[in-house]
Parts: sequence; C-alpha cells; structure tokens
Amino acid sequence: MTWPLVSNKTKVNFFKSIIHFASLLPIISLYFSAFNDELGADPVETVIHFTGIGAFNLLLLTLLVTPIAKKFKQGYLMNLRRLLGLYAFAYALLHILNFIAFDLQFNMNLLLAEIVKRPYITIGMVAILLLTSLAVTSINRLKRKMGKSWQKLHNTIYIIILLVGVHFYWSVKSEVIEPTIYIIISIVLLFLRRRKFKF
Amino acid sequence: MLIKAPKTYELKENAVTDEKIYRDRRSLLKTMGYLGAGSLLSTSTQANVFDLFSKEKTEMFKSKPLNYLKDNSEFEQILTPESKVISHNNFYEFGTKKNQPIELSQEFKVDPWQLTISGEVDKPFTLSYDDLFKQFPLEERIYRLRCVEAWSMVIPWLGFSLAKLLKKAQPNSRAKYVAFETLYDPKQMPGQKNRRLGGGIKYPYVEGLRIDEAMNPLTLMSVGLYGKTLPPQNGAPIRLVVPWKYGFKSIKSIVGIKLVERMPATTWNILAPKEYGFYANVNPKVDHPRWSQASERRITAGGLFSRNRIETLPFNGYGEEVSDLYKNMNLMEDF
Repeated sequence: MTWPLVSNKTKVNFFKSIIHFASLLPIISLYFSAFNDELGADPVETVIHFTGIGAFNLLLLTLLVTPIAKKFKQGYLMNLRRLLGLYAFAYALLHILNFIAFDLQFNMNLLLAEIVKRPYITIGMVAILLLTSLAVTSINRLKRKMGKSWQKLHNTIYIIILLVGVHFYWSVKSEVIEPTIYIIISIVLLFLRRRKFKF
Repeated sequence: MLIKAPKTYELKENAVTDEKIYRDRRSLLKTMGYLGAGSLLSTSTQANVFDLFSKEKTEMFKSKPLNYLKDNSEFEQILTPESKVISHNNFYEFGTKKNQPIELSQEFKVDPWQLTISGEVDKPFTLSYDDLFKQFPLEERIYRLRCVEAWSMVIPWLGFSLAKLLKKAQPNSRAKYVAFETLYDPKQMPGQKNRRLGGGIKYPYVEGLRIDEAMNPLTLMSVGLYGKTLPPQNGAPIRLVVPWKYGFKSIKSIVGIKLVERMPATTWNILAPKEYGFYANVNPKVDHPRWSQASERRITAGGLFSRNRIETLPFNGYGEEVSDLYKNMNLMEDF
C-alpha cells in the first residue's frame, strides 16, 4: 500500500478525523435518544451497556494498531494509538459515570458496598483506575519526563484488557458467548506481541 | 384539601397518559374490533434511522380486546406505559436481549393452543385457546413486577386465579407442588434452536410453586394486559404471574401444569443454584451474589433523568397476603 503523493501527516490526520467522527457521533445520538426516552424501555441499561461495549471495542482497536502497522509496514499508524486509547478511556468513564448517576442515582453507600461485594465491579473499578493513569500520562510532556517508566506504566494496558474481559464475563447472567468472543480476541492480540513479554 | 407529597419515583402529572384517555382508547378499540386494534398496534412501531439496515418489517401480532372486571382497588403507583411493558422483556426463547422478544416473536402462533392440567388430580383436563378466555371470568389485577435484575414495572394484568384452575382438576392428597412448562417449539422459538440467542439455558423452560403458593388468591393465570390479549413477548396466550416472587418465576406461554408430590426442577435454579432458589421470593435482605436486591429501578415513562430508584420491599410489598406461607422457614437459606 503506497500513496506516493500523500504525506504521512496527511494520512494520520485523515485517520484521526475518522476516529473522531466514529467515536463522537454514536455518543451524541445515544444521549440524544436517551434524554428523549427513545432508547427502549430502560434507557439506563442501554446507555450503560453501549458505553461499556464501546470502551471494550476501542481498547481492542487500540491494541490492533501495532500488529497492523508492523505487518503492513505503515509506521505512521502508530500515531493513532493515543487518540484511540483516549476515546476508550472516555467511553469507560461514561460507562461508570452512567452507572453511578443513572443506575445507582448517586447512592454512594450503595456504590461503595457494590465495589467491595461484587467481584465484577471491583475488577471494573481497578481497570478504570489503571486506564485513568494511562490517560493522564498520555500527554507528551509527561511522557518525556517519565522516561523508561512511562513504557512500563503503559504496558499495563495488557492487564487492563484482561480485567475488562473478566468484568464483562462475570456481569452477564447466562449469555456468555459474546464475552467469550471478546476474551478470545483479547488473547489473540496479546499473543501477537508475545515477544514483548519476558518470563 | 388533599395534599399528596410525590415520591421520587412518581412522575409529574404531565408525563403520564391520563387514565381516562387510556380507558377511552380501550372502548374505542372494543368498538373497532380486531382489525382496528391490530392496525393501531402495527403503526405504533417507531421509525428510526436504524430501520434502513433492518430487514423488511414483519407484521405485528394482533392483540384482541377482552372483557373483564375492572380492578377497583386503590393503587397509588403509576403504571408502566404499555409501550414499555411490551418492548422490555426477558423471554430467552426469543433472544436474551430485552428488545429481542418483541422483534422475534410477532409471528408466534397462539391459536390453536393446548394447556393440559394433569398429574396428581382426579379430573385432568385440557383447555383449548378459546377456553383460556371463557372458562373463568377475567379480572384486572394491577401488580408490581420485580425482576431479579433489580428493575420493576407496574402492570395491569387480565386473568383469573390459578386456584380456580387447579380446583377444577381436583388435586388429590399427594399434590404437594405444581410444575409448569413452557411450549417447546424451536421452529417458532429461535432461542430454543440457537444457543447464542437462547442464552444457554435448557429448554423447555420449567417453573414450580408449592401447592399453597399456587392456591394463594394473588397467584394469577394471565391471558392479557392493558385490556387486550397478551402479545407473544409477554407470554401469550397464557402465563403465570406471581407478584411476590422475582419475575423469572412467572413462566410464559404455558402448555403444561402438573401437580406433583416432590419439589419440581426449575430452570434458573438448574442453571445457577447459588444465584436462584426455588422460592425466589422478593427479599431486599438476600442479595443476588452479583448485585444488591435492596433497591430497584422502577420503569416508568421518562428518559435517562427520571429518578426512579426505590427501596425493594419484602415479598415485593405483598407480605400481608403471603408472609404466612413462610412462617417457619429461614428465608435467608430458602431464598
């Protein structure tokens, strides 16, 4: 794949526009419908599930960038990882804020009790905290300052993806096929970068 | 002057369909008859941008207006709008997602139907489709429905007490429990054919009650809601409604009722015995292992911002009528 007349910068901007568009549009339409009660009988559940799955999809996409860039020798694609990762974080943040605001309706005692008592929520909380630390340290200035430890910190994405898979699997009543597929995709993506892991 | 302090889960007056309007509409439906009711329903489906991608629309199931005795008891809670009652369903035979049953069940055939009452009875019998509506006078019962997933609705059911049906069969002294079974028909019920759609539960769906629970006057065999016959996604043509137990006890599209001597197996209990007991009485003190049962979200009209979280009551608020059934039991263990 060669585009002789197009600079890498243009390509990156092109893909970034697509990412902005594809991440923001569904969210705008989702909340528009939800506030107008046009999102099925229980908009709360729909919004929580949509943002949760959306975050998982974006995380998997983020992890897909490196294997694709290497395979097709398109190094500039690596510049898309931060934007994808930040959108994954944004979706995950909306996921938990929706849970607190619309499901628990700011019953903070219930929230604390649920975090302690329910393993799938505990795991979800750990994942969002780790993801927050990645999002916060994603700005260039911090990246330079942190040196080697930055990469170490950002390698926790491999743990996050597994936590998120378990969180999804444990949250369902009996319909385990979809979470199983997500976990398998996650493991394949980790397997593709197996050389990175030293034991 | 009566001044009523609105609870947080109650809606503003303007958000609710006026009772008079809905009664009037029903009488309108009655005069218009079958065709009128059906065509009104089929135009009520919302058109949205996603329709572009969906397959051609199947025709909506036609519910028929029913004659019944009105529920005149004082009931202060606001009904869940009909559009939500018929579009937010757990009926895994038609898919595990809440919006799947209304999409995948519209061609479900309810007539002819056979409901057989058998087992430890002196006079077993079978009801045909028409019998379901003619055998006993139909009453309206406005009940709260509490799902084990911690959401709830308020629904005006039409039906008759299960006790009437059982007494007709004359249970003998060995009849200690009642076992119920849903239709098994993978051709019509895609969830029974396809594991992904059906959520991996074993079909046919089975449920059970102790005989005294079954004989309690609250226990209803429902054939309709909101003045009309049940749509398929709500368990047409006949379903159980046990308002003090979690929703999964209220088995849908029933073909068999058998009186038995031993406690029958029940679907969710088979699947996850630590999460779902045989009794499944609504109990704010016994959490589901994975979520709290202390409170619930009442589904009413209103979007994301309707503040609808309310406390869950023991026996879903029907303790006065049913707590005697469990006098000598430890409900923390027999959940």
